[in-house]
Amino acid sequence: MRYIEPHGHMVSRTTDDYQDMVTAGCAAVCEPAFWAGYDRSGVQGFHDYFCQLTDYEPKRAAKFGLPHYAWLCINPKESEDVKLAEEVIGIIPEFIDKPNVLGIGEIGLNKNSRNEMKVLEMHVDLAARTNSLILVHTPHLEDKLKGTRLILDVLKSDKRIRPERCIIDHVEEHTVQRVLDAGFWAGMTLYPESKCSPARAIDIIENYGAERLWMNSACDWGVSVPLAVPRTALEMRRRGHSAEFIDQMIFQNPARFMSQCPKFNLPA
Amino acid sequence: MTRQQVLDLYFMESRFKLVEIAAFLDRVERAKGPADFRLAAFRKAMKELNGKKLGRAKKVLLSFSDPTTKPIAKAHGKGATGAWPGK
Repeated sequence: MRYIEPHGHMVSRTTDDYQDMVTAGCAAVCEPAFWAGYDRSGVQGFHDYFCQLTDYEPKRAAKFGLPHYAWLCINPKESEDVKLAEEVIGIIPEFIDKPNVLGIGEIGLNKNSRNEMKVLEMHVDLAARTNSLILVHTPHLEDKLKGTRLILDVLKSDKRIRPERCIIDHVEEHTVQRVLDAGFWAGMTLYPESKCSPARAIDIIENYGAERLWMNSACDWGVSVPLAVPRTALEMRRRGHSAEFIDQMIFQNPARFMSQCPKFNLPA
Repeated sequence: MTRQQVLDLYFMESRFKLVEIAAFLDRVERAKGPADFRLAAFRKAMKELNGKKLGRAKKVLLSFSDPTTKPIAKAHGKGATGAWPGK
């Protein structure tokens, strides 16, 4: 089995996780910028974090033979402070041309506030100006439906944005249809206590088709499973899906989306 | 998969989860003091399970969701509770 982990916050994980992922067939890991679990005190903290994502972490992954890619932004959980967000977005161009940076992400909304909307629009503008791919976080739980609607409105209202170059992540049964209908890619996050279980993710694939869907573990410092993608592949096998179809879902689809950035290259 | 295969694969796991929900409701009822909006939201969402049409998971998720469409003035925290408290 081969697979791509398209959304993993590896700076929060151990070397054991890297070893397990590579052993399970991971061919590349992609790391969106994330909230640290606490608010950073200023733009310098983000500068250091972006250095970690674009320099140190790829080297750490390389020790296990794993290509590491990154996405940059100020996460929606820290977007209430618009001034800080402006400063952080201001330093992203210093990093955007680094060899492992795929685009802007994970941007989006958390509590669906006006300031979060402003910062989302600033990120979308940056992505449009730099012709970058976009990875979008949709809010949690009761906020997801509303947040997904608002995010789609922002993306669709900017005519520079091409839906096929954006992935809207963390979809569930009540949001996936509107994301796909609008022409965007959709990501399903496999979590033990929220978002999608492996069984539900496979239900969604069976109901909505595999054309523009991927699965990720979104493993971070919270309750999450770095091997969620290969475990879901095993669940697909139990349901009788073919090896070719499983490969499409866990390897070819993420590769197809991320290959829209010329920097995304997998070892032969 | 056939219906029989689905049952073979998922019945025991789903039975386990159903008993967990029943025990959770008993636990809440045994406990003292008032409940917040989440219990009412949970009971409301459970009604979606008895529907005869497909799309129960979607309806349960919609039942817990904030149905409003305008951004809120300010985020006063980062977390979510799992159910919309209403206005």
